[in-house]
Parts: sequence; structure tokens; C-alpha cells
Amino acid sequence: MNTVLVRRVLPPVLLGVLALIAWELLVQLAKIQPYLLPAPTAIAKQFSAVLPALWSATLATGTNAFIGLVAGSILAIIVALVASRLRFIDELIAPVVAAIAVVPIVALAPVLTTMFGATSETPRRVIVMIVVFVPVFVNTLRGLRQALPVHRDLMRAYAASNWQLTRTVTVPGALPYIFTGLNIASSLAVISAVVAEYFGGLQNGLGSRITSAAANSAYPRAWAYVFGAIVLGLVFYAATLVLERLASRRR
Amino acid sequence: MSPASGVKAVEVTGVTKTFPTKAGLVTALDDVALSVAPGEFVSLIGPSGCGKSTLLRLIADLDTPTAGSITVFGKSARQARLDQDYGIAFQTAGLLPWRSVTANIELPLQLHGAERAQRRDRVAELIELVGLSEFAGSYPEQLSGGMQQRVAIARALAERPELLLMDEPFGALDEMTRERMQSELVRICGETGAAVIFVTHSIPEAVFLSDRVVVMSPRPGRIREVVEVRLGDARGEALREEAAFFTSVTDVREALHGTPGAPAARGVESR
Repeated sequence: MNTVLVRRVLPPVLLGVLALIAWELLVQLAKIQPYLLPAPTAIAKQFSAVLPALWSATLATGTNAFIGLVAGSILAIIVALVASRLRFIDELIAPVVAAIAVVPIVALAPVLTTMFGATSETPRRVIVMIVVFVPVFVNTLRGLRQALPVHRDLMRAYAASNWQLTRTVTVPGALPYIFTGLNIASSLAVISAVVAEYFGGLQNGLGSRITSAAANSAYPRAWAYVFGAIVLGLVFYAATLVLERLASRRR
Repeated sequence: MSPASGVKAVEVTGVTKTFPTKAGLVTALDDVALSVAPGEFVSLIGPSGCGKSTLLRLIADLDTPTAGSITVFGKSARQARLDQDYGIAFQTAGLLPWRSVTANIELPLQLHGAERAQRRDRVAELIELVGLSEFAGSYPEQLSGGMQQRVAIARALAERPELLLMDEPFGALDEMTRERMQSELVRICGETGAAVIFVTHSIPEAVFLSDRVVVMSPRPGRIREVVEVRLGDARGEALREEAAFFTSVTDVREALHGTPGAPAARGVESR
């Protein structure tokens, strides 16, 4: 246990610390201006100074990302289940999914903000849903198609209902694929929730704090919020990994 | 579940099956007739493409015949499938990799709503029957090919079917495992009294297991000859070295190849 900790955790931590030291030295020795690149110590100072605000901003953005991720994933999985069973739905939905995949958030965010009003969290959640939908849908559908002919024959021989086939063969077989989709989606959820805040609306999240700090030339503060966003993204990613472990043990 | 006396386990009459392919219509089975009595062990043997697996799939109602009729215990094949009158095993064990041995054997019972306690007792019985008690909690990937097939056979037997359909279940096993599995199957059939339709490539396997061997020929798939084996119910390992065994092997081989000494039909193992 201890050796695992030493061999697997220590090297990346060490690398991170060394990188921070190098960064600090670079900024100090080369006298780099804060608007170009603030020193880690300056960012850390800001980090503790804005901690309450950072916490509430992370919470606001995290809530949006979480709600969008859950809603978008559930929708994607349901649509994939339907598409895997009904060929015409599959053919109907393929171009729509391709279209959703290339929707520019940059263009959509202002439109949705206007649509739902500047005091609503809804446009951000909708954007996260849209971004999350594609990877979850594509991977789930691929996974659902992995069912072996011999398993299908077997379930037919057992006169199993469609629902039984789905529950006992198709979905358990698709789980690794669904989680691949969720892993990608979890990071995308945080990124899109932050980016969606760049285009107006409520000023309560990490994205809006980053833009306003940058606009006020408070670069170390902007960076502090950027690190908040990184931590939030890692938390989301780690959460789906834990979920995957639990599911693959139980399925 | 016990069928009325006099009713055949399987009755196949005038069955034809054609598949549309890019090269045109392929006749997999042409006017095939076969009947299997309750408790009888019948093997289907023939070279690749003779339609033996297709015939089994039709009896199992996994496919439907183009023409002709199939009854299983006097019912349509479809009704027999819906009533779960048969158990089935395929060439690949077809176990669900995320389920333990116990959970795999339990699958049909679970699907058909058997009670938990009942399920547990039956599964314990079946695991004992196929000699895998030590591996009840193992997962398929932890088992050898032969053990996986034994799990598949236990699963096929779970609901005490009067008919077992087996599509080359030992095809992928090595010779030694194969012979041991054959002996076990003979024992299990003796204990359960089920009729069996057994698809195989191997002449000795067919002879060792069967009451009758149905010899088929390809393009189009037809029944060429039915060889009566009747080696008796007590089939020990010694049977494999008896003269009667070799006589039947020769009978089947000659039926397969048409004339004595003709070149071996493709896809048939004579070992």
C-alpha cells in the first residue's frame, strides 16, 4: 500500500511542485509582468483572499455543470436505447446528432441567454446538456450494438421480452462504453459551464469571475479562478471514474 | 410438462429453408423430414453447409422454415419455445461475462420468475451435476473452455427440459476434454431422460452419444441416411474400444462418403 503510494502518487506530485518552482523562478528572474504571467505565489495569495467568493462561484458553476451533465446524459442514454432498438429512429437521429456535435457554444450562449433572460441559470444548463449529449449518445449506442449474436439467440430461446434482453444483456454489455462517454462528458460539462458564463447573464460563476477579474486587470485573481475551474473539472472526472469502478464491480 | 405418450419430441416434415444472398437464393435445407422420440439421442452430422445447424435453429424457432412444418411435443416450434420446452447450448458457451457461474446458470430461472430460494437450490443441484461446485462464484473468464461449456450445459438443463438442442457444443474443445464431456453428457442424459438433438462434425462423437445418427449432405442440405447405432444405455469409456463401436463408426463414415473408400467429405472430422 505504502509502496504503491510512493511509486504512483509521489512522481506526479513531485513533477507538479518542480513545475511550480520553475514557474516562480521564471517570473521572478525574468521580471515577467503580471498581465502576461502572474507568479504562483501571487496566485496563491489571491486564492486564499478570494476563497469564500471562489467557493460560491465554484458551487454555482458546479451546480450548472452537474445538472446539465446528469440531464444530458440521461437523455442521451434514453435516446441511444431507443435508437438501438428502432432502426428508423436511428436513421432519423443520426443527422441531428451530427448537427448537435458541431453547434458552436459561442454562438448559442448569447441566444439562449436572451431567450431565458439574464437572471436565469437555465441557458447554461441547456448548453451543458447539449455539449454532453453527443459523446454519451455516440458511445452508448456503440456499446449497445456490442451484444453478441449468441446472447441474442439465447435470450430468444428463453422467450425473453425486449426489456429483459435490454436489462440482462445489452445494457450490462454496454456499460464500459457508456462510462467512456461519461468520462469525456464530465470534463466537457465543466468546460462548457464555465465558457457559457462568458456571454452575459448572471455574474455568480467561475466564468463570469474570470472575465470580470481580467477586465479589471486583476490577473492573479483571474488565475485563481482558473485553478478553481481546473479543480472542479478534476472532481467531476474523478467522480465518474469512481462511479465506473462501482458499476463494473456490481454489474 | 411431461408430454402425452405417443407424441414425438420433435417432428419435422417437408422442411425447406432458403436464404437470399447476393449470389441468389441459397437452399440450406431441402425437403427434410425427421422425427425424434422422447428420450432419444439423435445426432446430426455432415460436412459444412449441409444445413445441420440451420435445422437445429429451426427446431429452436430461432429461424422460421420457408416451407414445411415443425412440431415440438405436438406444438408448433414457436409455442414450444414460448413454453420453454427445450434447453439449448451453442458452439460457444455464450456465458454472460459479467455474471458468475451461479448467476449464469440462474439466468433462465430468473428470466422466468422462479423464486429466489427455489433458484438457489436448483442452481446448487446443477453445479453439482456438472462438477463445478468449487467454481460457483467464479467468472467465465476464469474458467477453461471445457468448464465454460459445462456451465452452458447446466444452464440449458436449468428448467428440466424434455428436449436438449446442442449445436456443436464440444466443437472448440481439445480431444481429451471432449471425450470426458461426452461421457458426462451421456451420464447427464441418463439422469434427466431428456431427448437430445446434437449437431456435430465428429463421427466418433456422434456414434458414442447417439441412438441414431442422421447423416446429411450439402447443397442443398438433405438427409442422406439415418444410421441406427443402439450401443445400449451403459456407455462407459470401454465402449470406445469395442468392435460394435467401430462397426457403427464405419457405417456412419460410409453413409457420409457415399461409397467405401471415397475421399472424406469436406468439413468432417474422422477422428
